[in-house]
Amino acid sequence: MKNNFLHEEPLIFEYPVSDNSAVDFDSPLGESENLGGIKRSNPIGLSSLSEPEVVRHYTRLSRQNYSIDTGLYPLGSCTMKHNPRLNEKMVRLKGFMDIHPFQPEKTIQGAYKAINLLSDWLIDLTGLPAVAMSPAAGAHGELCGLMCIRAAHEHNGENERKVVLVPESAHGTNPASASLCGYSVESIPCNSKGRVDLDALNNRLGDDIAAVMITNPNTCGLFETDALRISDAVHNAGAYFYMDGANFNAIVGRLTLKQLGVDAMHINLHKTFSTPHGGGGPGAGPTVLSESLAPFAPVPFVVKKNKNLFMVEHSGSNQSEFSIGRMKGFHGQFGVFVRALSYIMSLGADGLSQVSGDAVLNANYLRVRLSKYLTPFHNGTCMHEVLFDGSFLDGTGTRTIDFAKAMIDSGFHPPTMYFPLVVEGALLFEPTETESRQSLDELIDAVIKLAKKAMKKETPEFFENSPVNAPRLRLDETLAARKPILRWTPNPVLKAAE
Amino acid sequence: MEGYFYTKEHEWVTVRDDTATVGITDFAQKQLGDIVFIEFPSLGSVYSQGDEISVIESVKAASEIYAPISGKVITCNDAVEGSPDLVNLNPEGDGWLFKISEIESQELNSLLSHSEYEEYIKKITE
Amino acid sequence: MRYLPLSNKDRESMLNTIGIESIDNLFDELPKSEVPQNLPKHKSELQVDRELSQIANENLPYTQVPSFLGAGNYCHYSPASLDYIIQRGEFLTSYTPYQPEISQGTLQVIFEFQTQVALITGMEIANASMYDGATACAEAISMASRINKRSKVLISGGLHPHYIDVSKTQLKHLGFDFKVLDPYVSGKEDLLNQIDTNLSCLVIQNPSFFGNIQDYTSIANECRYKGVLLIVVVTEPVSLGLIKSPGEMGADIVVGEGQSLAGPSNFGGPGLGFFASLQKYVRQMPGRLCGQTLDKDGKRGFVLTMSTREQHIRREKATSNICTNSGLIALAFSVHLTLLGESGFLELANINHKNAVELSIRLNNIPKIKVINSSFFNEFVVELPRSAGSVIDELTDLNILAGIPVSRFYPEHPHLSNLMLVTATEMNTKSHLDSFIDALNKVL
Repeated sequence: MKNNFLHEEPLIFEYPVSDNSAVDFDSPLGESENLGGIKRSNPIGLSSLSEPEVVRHYTRLSRQNYSIDTGLYPLGSCTMKHNPRLNEKMVRLKGFMDIHPFQPEKTIQGAYKAINLLSDWLIDLTGLPAVAMSPAAGAHGELCGLMCIRAAHEHNGENERKVVLVPESAHGTNPASASLCGYSVESIPCNSKGRVDLDALNNRLGDDIAAVMITNPNTCGLFETDALRISDAVHNAGAYFYMDGANFNAIVGRLTLKQLGVDAMHINLHKTFSTPHGGGGPGAGPTVLSESLAPFAPVPFVVKKNKNLFMVEHSGSNQSEFSIGRMKGFHGQFGVFVRALSYIMSLGADGLSQVSGDAVLNANYLRVRLSKYLTPFHNGTCMHEVLFDGSFLDGTGTRTIDFAKAMIDSGFHPPTMYFPLVVEGALLFEPTETESRQSLDELIDAVIKLAKKAMKKETPEFFENSPVNAPRLRLDETLAARKPILRWTPNPVLKAAE
Repeated sequence: MEGYFYTKEHEWVTVRDDTATVGITDFAQKQLGDIVFIEFPSLGSVYSQGDEISVIESVKAASEIYAPISGKVITCNDAVEGSPDLVNLNPEGDGWLFKISEIESQELNSLLSHSEYEEYIKKITE
Repeated sequence: MRYLPLSNKDRESMLNTIGIESIDNLFDELPKSEVPQNLPKHKSELQVDRELSQIANENLPYTQVPSFLGAGNYCHYSPASLDYIIQRGEFLTSYTPYQPEISQGTLQVIFEFQTQVALITGMEIANASMYDGATACAEAISMASRINKRSKVLISGGLHPHYIDVSKTQLKHLGFDFKVLDPYVSGKEDLLNQIDTNLSCLVIQNPSFFGNIQDYTSIANECRYKGVLLIVVVTEPVSLGLIKSPGEMGADIVVGEGQSLAGPSNFGGPGLGFFASLQKYVRQMPGRLCGQTLDKDGKRGFVLTMSTREQHIRREKATSNICTNSGLIALAFSVHLTLLGESGFLELANINHKNAVELSIRLNNIPKIKVINSSFFNEFVVELPRSAGSVIDELTDLNILAGIPVSRFYPEHPHLSNLMLVTATEMNTKSHLDSFIDALNKVL
């Protein structure tokens, strides 16, 4: 991403103030008002731009972003795969886009059908009997699964189970969700291979444990080969087995969760099923549930009666006697569902197993080609992402972050850094299946070139100063946190301080 | 560092005229990196030794501070509130965090001396 | 398969490099697959388009008939350039902006979004977004309790029932004590006498679920006096172009649903939770925050900041578990407000209100119908002579999406069954109103 042709773009509020608008209106249908005396009297302070100015503003800003559309995006644990445009076309069909959540049911049978089609696919692909569709993202799905688990324990009179076990390599959302569910969190160590230490887990299991949350494949990019032994141990101790589905892309179409003894798992539709990340969402986190947890699923859900579909919206009815209640307004992330459905229908079961196959192939290709220069965390086969530790940089004077930032000048988004926390100086690459051999080779060549450069130890400042060709040099995050400026104001504090 | 006592959680404490001054050690500030914020305890609140008393934050980390000694918080370091970088520059001087009165001074015996703390740092960084 | 760039030749040579025979060997550590064998196979783009279009055709889009639906989800016109901008791949296909040097586009948009939300709500700061209004409401209640260390929550009967349900579900294991007042459709709810020093927060909605608008300044004053945080929910942000902002009334936290300014309904999701508060509470805020800073050259730039509140650093002690939020919908909201600008936003609000008043006048002229609200923005309640559900059903057969039966939300309050929520926006024309009135006269 070179600076050529990139424009500096002011904030919308820094454009001259006028009475311009980019929207023209028809006259209102009447002139009467009925506001009961609380009319706004002060100006708001919004901008005033015409349509050409607005389009240019955002187009220029967009060009300061890296994206999948412009390049390989190997962020580990994020599954930055191609976002097919058919998905976007389908969600914009008037029959999907222009429907209101509270239209009479006879006018939205197609919407219910689309939700059902997707949930049937998720049930088939995971082998679990039920899926809660409403969670809005992965973390929301975790909370959903844990709340169902808590409801099941309470239903069974097991109120003393108050601890959730989470491996130290877990995503931060796992402990945060457990704590939102009123549980205390304890960490289980990993063995030297980054897998859950089964002995340590067994030692801690007991009648105070509500659930164990495991990411599989784990955040070190390895399949938890003890998954079945873990689930047996968890179940024998009377606890439930939650699986974090962030890495489902590695196994989709190749393995059901039922086989692994899973009780609940969220599926990030914005990862495995190609719906766009949009610079931070929206996502969707449908959560599949085992037979013992299904009765506690949140409302709403679609059920079939005679030939018609209808929605159960309230907990406590015949069909929702044990439901934990409602987790989200309206009926879930419908627009995300349609995109995911369009993707799944396009690939089919055969395509989805090819997806996991190619994703794992690409990661292993990276692993083998880069291992001569970088230090792989694990020497055998990895799953859909490959983890290197920072030891190849020992003694070079270059830190992991500097190495990763230098990749930007080579035209690539850096991999995930310093995660998982159990590995020092971690670099986690997830290429996904939508990268061609050629683009992988380009990434590999660039990384090798940088590694050789770092090994020479001659130019640590080259790395420290990277990137130099991006729209901005390194930004001062300490300044941002010490003197937070979180919005534009007419007289910026920053200017005054200069 | 005569008269300074240390915890394994990297707080230091020193007592003068029955008032304890508390801060974090140089080792702790290096581990955290650029300090951006300290969540101070409210004045007058009473803590027992080992209680979580405040939180200190850098850009990418947050760390709890535990009371090295029991007592009542009487002063927080205003200078540090305005310029948290004081903790990085001089953690065991101008970068002190708060003062505690009504202390139980026999509790100092359970803490590490300067040389013991140095020994401890050596052990955990090996 | 069109989304997979590797050719068989590529696969072979890559397997060679790795030193294994087949892709299946990469999965040797996994148990043998039990995925059903009879699932559908891959399909052409044309075939998927056909099948999904057929399903979409089974729905009746509200843009094809006169439609008067609201209840927390509003149908406004979405300018053409809005959809163009949010479909630019650089916005659509980028991740959360963790690498600020190559994410200034998204970051500046978030900074502008935070500013716009703060401006229209009259608050000091806002975050980068939550999932939707209902979950933002739950987060606000939890934030209030972190601030004043109290746990009693008083919820107005004018709050959207989904927001009540979501808050009760999401917070049920955190020791809160909820008092939810009965749905109040008309008149004034007596809140002043229920504010005491044990209360953590009071949650109100303005305009209320039933469309009523009210000045809460005296309630805000009482809250401040008693150390209670006032949370104001806004489900129709267009209203903020015409009525006094929650900030001016003295709110401590303002949350709501941004969908109405962020494009079409999409059957209610994905939504956009906006979240604003006073600066002094920023450390207790959930979600991401974007802040201004400088790069090494001294150029202004933006970064995600104060991340120590968040799950990826604070884990079980984080202010929330939220990670992925509603970035793209926040972009749509922000683009729409930029397109409207100050004058357009005020005008949009003005037209919505006047169209709704016109509709209410014409409905009130029907002898068997009574408009309940004394004042409102673009939504109000009418009382019908019989069950609203059945009237709406009959109007649907006449191709009118008339309104929403209040009883859908309150199965436990049968006395509300003749009430219908009705909304008018800038989308409604005179002929829509004529058809609605004619059809009502026909069925009643």
